[in-house]
Order: sequence, then C-alpha cells, then structure tokens
Amino acid sequence: MIAHAIFFYVFSIIAVISAIMVTVSKNTVHSVFFLILDFISISCLFIMIGAEFLGMIMLIVYVGAVAVLFLFVVMMLNVAQQKNQWLSSKESSRHIPIGLVISVLIFFELIIVIGGWKYKPDLFKSNDEKIISEISNTHSLGQILYTDYIHIFQISGMILLIAMIGAIVLTFRQREGVKTQSYIKQISRERSEGVEVLDIPSNRGVKIDD
Amino acid sequence: MEYFGIIFQQIYKILFLIVPVLVSVAMIVWLDRRVWAFVQKRQGPNVVGPFGLLQSLADALKYIFKEIIIPASSNKVIFVLAPIITMTLALIAWAVIPFSEDQVLANINVGILYIFAVSSLGVYGIIMGGWASNSKYPFLGAIRSAAQMVSYEVSIGIIIINVLLCVGSLNLSDIVIAQQEMWFVIPLFPMFVIFFISSLAETNRPPFDLPEAEAELVAGYQTEYSGMMYAMFWLGEYANILLMCALGSILFLGGWLSPIDLYPFNLIPGAIWLILKILFLFILFALVKATVPRYRYDQLMRLGWKIFLPLSLIYVVLTASYLFYFNLLPTI
Repeated sequence: MIAHAIFFYVFSIIAVISAIMVTVSKNTVHSVFFLILDFISISCLFIMIGAEFLGMIMLIVYVGAVAVLFLFVVMMLNVAQQKNQWLSSKESSRHIPIGLVISVLIFFELIIVIGGWKYKPDLFKSNDEKIISEISNTHSLGQILYTDYIHIFQISGMILLIAMIGAIVLTFRQREGVKTQSYIKQISRERSEGVEVLDIPSNRGVKIDD
Repeated sequence: MEYFGIIFQQIYKILFLIVPVLVSVAMIVWLDRRVWAFVQKRQGPNVVGPFGLLQSLADALKYIFKEIIIPASSNKVIFVLAPIITMTLALIAWAVIPFSEDQVLANINVGILYIFAVSSLGVYGIIMGGWASNSKYPFLGAIRSAAQMVSYEVSIGIIIINVLLCVGSLNLSDIVIAQQEMWFVIPLFPMFVIFFISSLAETNRPPFDLPEAEAELVAGYQTEYSGMMYAMFWLGEYANILLMCALGSILFLGGWLSPIDLYPFNLIPGAIWLILKILFLFILFALVKATVPRYRYDQLMRLGWKIFLPLSLIYVVLTASYLFYFNLLPTI
C-alpha cells in the first residue's frame, strides 16, 4: 500500500501545483500547458481508484481535443505575453472581488458535499448500490447509462448538438463571389470542352479570346 | 526490498520491448527508403553494410555528433521538451500491444482506449515544437498538423467503435481472440480502407504530409531543430507509424493469429505473424508514399470531415443493426 500512497501523493501534488501555475504563470501558452499537465495527473488519479475508463476518456476528450482547441485559440490570438502582473496592476484587481465570492461559494459547496458524504452517508442514494467487482467499470457504466439513464443521456447529447449548431449559425456568413471547386464538374470534364486544336497560319499566329 | 525486485523485473521486461522497437524503427527507415527508391527505379541506400542495412546506424551516428542549435528567440524549455514528448508518447503506446496470448507488457482492460489516448496526445509534440521555435514556417506546420490530426482522430475513433461492436471488449487480446473465426478485414473491409488512409493522415505520412511539406514550409515544425533533437522527432514519427501498422493488424488482420489454422502454420509463434502483418502494412505505407502526390490542405479537410466521417458513421449503424437483427451481439 505504500507504493499506492506514494503515487497518490505524487500525482495530487503535481495536480495542485499545476492548477496553481495555470492561474499564476504570465505566459498564456504556458498556462494551457500547465492545464494539460493538470488534466493528465487527474486522469492518473482516476486510473488509480480503478476508474480506468473515465481516466482514458478524460485523456481523449479533454487533453486530446479540448486542450488542443484552447492552445489553438491562445496561439492564434497572439496573447502569449501577458502585460499585466498578477494582482498588482489596476486593471486586473477589479476582478478579484468577484473571483473571491465565487471561490468562497465553491469552497462551501465542497464542504457541504464532503461533510455530508462523510457524516451522513444515507443522504446519498448512490451509496446503497453495491459495486460489483466481477465486471469491468466500462461494462457497469454502459449498463447504467444505456438502461436507467438513457433519456438523460440522449437529452445531454441533444443539448451538445444544439450548442454546436448554434455556434455554426451565429458565425456562418454567406459570402458573395467566392469561387469554389466542384469536384463533379472537374471530373466530368471531357476532352472536347477542354482542348481545341487550331490550324495556325505561319507568321500570323492566332488570337485566343479568354 | 521486494519492491526493488518487482521494479527490476519490470524494467527488464520494458527493455526487452523498447530495444527491439527502436532497432526495428531504424530498419524500417531503411526499408522505407529502399521501397521508395525501387518504385522510382533508383538504388536507394545500398553502400553501408550489406544491402545498405546499416545506413540508419550511420545516420544515427551523424545526428549524435552534430551540434544541437537552440534558436536564441525560442522558448527554450518547451523547445527541448517537444522532441522528448514526441518520442516518449510514440514508445509508451507499445506497452499494451499483445504479441501473443501471454506476451504483453500490460494487459489492461481499456487497451484500445489507451492507444487512442496516447496517439491523440501525439499532436502536442508537434504543436510545442512549432510554437517554441518562434518562427513562421514551424508555426504554420504545427497549426496545420494539429487541425489534421484532430480531424482524422474522429474518424479513427468511429472505426474503432465498429470493431468494438463486434468484440464487446476494450481489451486488445480479446479483440484478437474474437477474430479466430474470421478476421475483421472481411466483414469490415470498407472500414479497413478508411482506417488505413486515416492512419496515413494521423502519422503525417505522404500524401498527407502537409505539416512538413518541403515545397511550402521548408520542413514544417522541424525546421529549427538540429542534431539529436531532429533525430528524436524522426524516431518518434517512425515509431508512431509502426504503432499504427500494429494497431491496424490487431484490429483488422487478426493480430498474432496465423492466417490458416492448420498444422505447419500453427507452429510459427504468434509474434512472427504479427511482425509479418506489420511489415505488410508498412510496405503498403511506403508504396503509397512513392506513388501518390501530396494533397492540398482543403482537400485533406474535405476528405476527413465530409467523406470519412459520414461513411464510418453509416457503417456503425449498419454493423449495429446487422448484429442486432441476427442476434450476433457479443454477450458480456
């Protein structure tokens, strides 16, 4: 169990430090890299408690796709070097009260949830269900998600789809006079439309109208 | 003290996996250049050693003794980290590849997800290298490759779902054992073709080598790298190609299973069959490199999002309804 504890503390210390570094580091791109490190160590923690499916999905979805988009945006916006010092400049200190309120709220929520889980276990219904150790957690997740919670699962999928369509609708602009390629047109071109053989009289050349 | 025993045993096992992979990467570079040359009626590398087999070794020596230049305006930590990440990610994925029923370093439950996750992390090596170089061509190459790898990953994921529907398990050994009756290449042949093309794009191989298109971007994200750091990018890239070939042979060509389950073929160990299948896929990769011209960027994106994604989604529906209708869904 000692090895287990060592790994747990290593991963959680990395997770906490990188989470702090996300907010503290001056270079925005560095922040995103620390965020990725944070995601990776969190997914290691997931794997350590035996939730290997969640850990891998976390890696694939957050690190493999979402963080790439973050990185994309940060690199493209060219905000790599942040001018403001953390906490010291006048502009960013405006946000500190709001941030404090939100973090106090989150802190109390965590206290309520963890305290309830610790001292009043009958408050949470999911505690009653026994964990079956014979089947892997991928199977048990699938069995719950596609039977009892199928409607909620489908609705969450629909919400994501609608969000995607909304983003496309908001940014889509029909532009005038843009030349686009039509693959069918290109493939179905025949020799008779493309090439013309002319008899060219010597010394006079030929005029091709274009 | 017993921990040290376990750790040494694991390190011994890991070395037995990593060293052959690295040596085969060197050999595969030679094979790639050789096949490429023969298609174009050239000789290829044939001077160093018999048939030029030691060419990669000579190249490695050259890279080791070259000076490593770190550009003055680069972001130095990330610049150095990028090739290390590329190579590490290309090597750690080999941990879950099963070479036969019991020859696997880590037989984990979610093996296929692990490989998928590691290969989706591979894009970071390229982005970090391109951004940290602080120069135009590497940055353009990195942006291109990020978009390319993210979009082809989607179709690879859906193709993997096709296979998983037929297997009912995320374990790579289970996937191979499920193909004892029939390799998945027969019922899922269109998916095999799409997987092959997507893995070309995923590993930045020609005709999808836009991140390093030498005519437009000098060498893409590798432009500022030199010496051993450049060689590490290279090694990582080829280890990734081998990994995709291994994944293709495990998902569709029956992994370590022999093609015919008859007497003389059964005696050959499974690892040899797997290596032969990987080599077959790799020679296909090399032939494609030698024959097909490079895609334009918008054609690449169109192929990924408008053709491969819908096709593989339709095939998921087809496979699922076929399995459901004939009551062939795997029982857990």
